[in-house]
Amino acid sequence: MLARHDGQTPPQPRVDHRLIADLVTPGARVLDVGCGDGALLQLLGERSDIDGRGVEIERDRVNACVARGLSVIQGDADQDLDAYPDDAFDYAILSLTIQATRNPKKVLANLLRIGRHAIVSFPNFGHWKVRAKLLTTGRMPVTEHLPDTWYDTPNAHLCTIKDFADLCRVVDAKVERAVAFNTSGQQLGTWVRLPLTIHNLLGEKAVFLLSRRQPSRK
Amino acid sequence: MVSVTFEPSPGGAPAEAPQAPNSLKRTALQEARTPTSPSVTFPASAPLALDCGKQLGPFTVAYETAGTLNAAKSNAILVCHALTGDQYFAHENPVTKKGGWWELMIGPGKPIDTNRFYVICANILGGCLGSTGPASIDPETNEPYGLNFPVITIRDMVRAQVRLIDHLGIDQLFAVVGGSMGGMQVLEWAAHFGERVYCAIPIATAAWHSAQNIAFHEVGRQAVMADPEWAEGRYHLQQRVPRRGLAVARMAAHITYLSEAALHAKFGRNLQDRADRTFSFNADFQVESYLRHQGSTFVDRFDANSYLYITRAMDYFDLAGEFGGVLANAFRGTKTRFCVVSFTSDWLYPTHENRKIVQALNAVAANVSFVEVESDKGHDAFLLEEPVLFQTITGFINSAAARRGLAPARRAI
Repeated sequence: MLARHDGQTPPQPRVDHRLIADLVTPGARVLDVGCGDGALLQLLGERSDIDGRGVEIERDRVNACVARGLSVIQGDADQDLDAYPDDAFDYAILSLTIQATRNPKKVLANLLRIGRHAIVSFPNFGHWKVRAKLLTTGRMPVTEHLPDTWYDTPNAHLCTIKDFADLCRVVDAKVERAVAFNTSGQQLGTWVRLPLTIHNLLGEKAVFLLSRRQPSRK
Repeated sequence: MVSVTFEPSPGGAPAEAPQAPNSLKRTALQEARTPTSPSVTFPASAPLALDCGKQLGPFTVAYETAGTLNAAKSNAILVCHALTGDQYFAHENPVTKKGGWWELMIGPGKPIDTNRFYVICANILGGCLGSTGPASIDPETNEPYGLNFPVITIRDMVRAQVRLIDHLGIDQLFAVVGGSMGGMQVLEWAAHFGERVYCAIPIATAAWHSAQNIAFHEVGRQAVMADPEWAEGRYHLQQRVPRRGLAVARMAAHITYLSEAALHAKFGRNLQDRADRTFSFNADFQVESYLRHQGSTFVDRFDANSYLYITRAMDYFDLAGEFGGVLANAFRGTKTRFCVVSFTSDWLYPTHENRKIVQALNAVAANVSFVEVESDKGHDAFLLEEPVLFQTITGFINSAAARRGLAPARRAI
C-alpha cells in the first residue's frame, strides 16, 4: 500500500523484495498477503520457481495479477486468512501491508499458523525523519515513504521496529532474522553488531523472518 | 459399447436432416429429436445411473466442437452451458439462426482461442436441442417422455458429459469452463472428476441454490404449469404449446439476469411508441415490451418441460450436501487450478456466493484465483462484452497452458 507504482514495472526490484527473494527457498509454497501488483510473486516465480498465491484487497490490482497469470484472489487479510489450513504454505508473506490491517495481531498470528515461516516487512515509524517531522512540525509526519495525510491514509496501524519486536513476543513468534534498510535501500548492520535502538532510528523499512516457537520450548 | 447415431458429413450438414436446408429455420422440436449438431447415442446396455436412483438408457448427447484436438489430446476445453443455453457456443443456432452464444469469449484469437484449443460444448442432459430430455421420444412408449422423464441433477448432467469425453477419447480436459448453471457443472467436474480437469473456471455461479434462487424458479415453474396448454406435461401429444406460461417464466427469470442499473439505463420509464399512457394494460413501457418480446421469442426455441426439469436440477444443487455438509471436502487434495469470477451487480449469484467457493478452495490450499469484475450488467455480464473478464480468462489460461506445456497459439499469417 505504500509502494507507489505508476503502472510500469520498476527496473530494479524493491529492496525488501530482493531480500525476501533471498530468504525464500526455491520451489517453496508461498502466500503473499497484500500482494499488490504481484511484483514480488513474479520475482519469486522467476528467481525461485515457487508455487505462489496472492491475496489483494484492491480489485483492479487483483485483475491485473490474474491477467499476468498469477494465482491471486480478491480478499482481505483481516477476514480471509481464517479459511486457510495450518501449515498450508512454507512462507506466508506480508509485505508492507501489516500497517494497513485492522487487527495486526490477529493477522500476524494467522500468518504464523498458515505458514511454516512468516515474512513481514513494514515501514518503520521510528525512523529519525519521521520522529523529526513530528517533533518539528507537531503534525502527523508525511514523508516520501508515508505520503498520505492522517485522514486518508490506509495505514491505520503504523509501528516502529521496537513495537513490532514486541508484537512478535506477544504472538510467541521466533525472530529468525531481522533486517532494516535505510532510506537509500541499504541494509543496516546485522542485529548482533548494531543495537535495536540504532536500527529503529536509522531503518526506514524492516523485514522480519519469523517462525512459530515450538510449544515444547515454553 | 457406444453407437454413434451420426457424425456430421464432410460438408458440415448432418446426414439425417435432409428436410431442413440450411436456409430454413428448424423448429425446436425437430432439433430436440434430430439435432443438426453431431451427437452420440449410448445404448440401453450402457445406461446412465442417475441420482434419483433410475437408469436412463439409451441416451443421446448432442455436442459441438471448434478447433483441433492435438495428438496428445491435451488441449481440450469443455464449455458447460447455462439454463437456456445450448451446444452452439460458436456456431449458428439452427433454430434462432443467431450466432454462437459465447462468440465473444471463444473463437480464433479470443480468450479461449480455437487456434490453440479444441473446444467442446454438449447440450445438457434434460435439454431440448438434441441431448435426451423430456421432449425426446421414450423408446419404451414411442411417445415423448414428458413428465415420465426422470428428475435429473447437475451431477447427472456432468455424468453424461463424462461419457461424451470418454467417447472422444480424452483423458484429461485442459479446462472446464462455464457461467451460471455452467459454473455449477464446472464445480461438479472438479469435485468428482478432479483428476480429469487441469483447470476449472466457474463464473458467476454458486455452490448451491439459495432460497431466493429456488423461489424464482418456482415462480417460473408454476407459470408453466398454470397454463392449460401445458396439459400436465403432455402438450406435445396434443399438438399444444404452453406459450403463455413459458413466456411468463422467461420474463420473470430475465429480470434476475439483469440489474436495476442496467434496466434503468436501458429503459428508464420510457414509453413504447406512444406519447402518453394509454390507461390500459397494454405494454405502455419499453421495459414491458422488451420483456414480452423476450418471453415470446424464448418459447419458439425452448421446451417447457425441459425448463421445468433443468430449473429443478439447479434447485437440487448443493455441492456441500454431497460432501457431508462441508464444501471444502469437495475439493480436498485437488490438483486442479481454479479461476473463480464474479460480477459486482450480479444479485442472482452474487460475489459472496462465489467467495464461498474460493474460501472452500483456500481451506484445502488449492491453487485458486478469484476476480470480482466491476460491471453494471448483472448476472448476464458473463455473456457480454466485459474486457476485464476477457483479460482475466486470457491471463489465467495462458499461464495454466504454459504450466501444462501447451504450445502458444499459432499466429495467423
